[in-house]
Amino acid sequence: MLKIEYYLFLSSAIFGIAALGIAINRKNLISLLMCIELMLLAVNTNFVAFSRFLDQATGEVFVFFVLTVAAAEAAIGLAIVVALFRQRQSINVEDFSDLKG
Amino acid sequence: MNFAIDWMMLFFCAFAAMTLFSALCVVFSKNPVYAVLSLVLCFVSMAGGWMLLQAEFLSLVLIVVYVGAVMVLFLFVVMMLNMNLAPMQEGFARYLPIGLLIGACFVAQLLWIFHGSDLTALGLGHLPKKPEDYSSITELGMSLYTHYIYPVEMAGVILLVAIIAAIGLSLRPPRDRRSQNIPEQVRVRKSERLTVLAEVTPDSPLNMGERNAQN
Repeated sequence: MLKIEYYLFLSSAIFGIAALGIAINRKNLISLLMCIELMLLAVNTNFVAFSRFLDQATGEVFVFFVLTVAAAEAAIGLAIVVALFRQRQSINVEDFSDLKG
Repeated sequence: MNFAIDWMMLFFCAFAAMTLFSALCVVFSKNPVYAVLSLVLCFVSMAGGWMLLQAEFLSLVLIVVYVGAVMVLFLFVVMMLNMNLAPMQEGFARYLPIGLLIGACFVAQLLWIFHGSDLTALGLGHLPKKPEDYSSITELGMSLYTHYIYPVEMAGVILLVAIIAAIGLSLRPPRDRRSQNIPEQVRVRKSERLTVLAEVTPDSPLNMGERNAQN
């Protein structure tokens, strides 16, 4: 039978892998965005697991809104990446280190 | 030997293993397209995991909205930008031990909380039995449209703002396309558009109306 610890371990493992990914791929802008999406997935899993085991719909409602905002944030983040790429022809974070436009 | 297979545990282990494996592929993959496709696999297997928790609507929304829209957007952007990946991967071996330490710290903190808390006392010890006709989408819909109607409207506004922001950031000005410049059109003066060639008076030879009236 499923126990909540399994889902909590799974979500912490995914969160840890995403943190590792941010520490490793620190210069690649697209990889950073993908690791943020992984972190959001881990948090959503946590919410859904708690919602099921506590028999409340509140967790699922929150996941709904987190999905909405995460989709909006991914769209805007990618639009920023595209605009930056048009300016500098690179997605290396170090090339964007000065504040001049 | 008579043993029953715990199908839920079997499926959970399968989905969890696939999720963890594809998450590692996302982080360690050199090819950005492989990384995005591994992220797609991660989301799809996690959606299977959510299906086991009887959150059917959310797992399908994850596949349709997140994988189908957001990950496809990632794929478009990755394929559109021809990236020079060599300078970005040079810090890999240098930051790997620190990265493993950070990841291990996160996981250790979370596991310490889980082991320290008495889950049974919090009511999390067992899986509550849902009624036969339990429908996750009905429960979600009842909650969303009664108690949480204001956040639903706010979510719509957030999406509208995201549309406007994304278009405003990535729209190129028309270079070889013809378009109107409305302020310039409004500022036009009569002298720029109208040229008077000759004035027609009753005596001038150009006056055709008088001669026709006389005939």
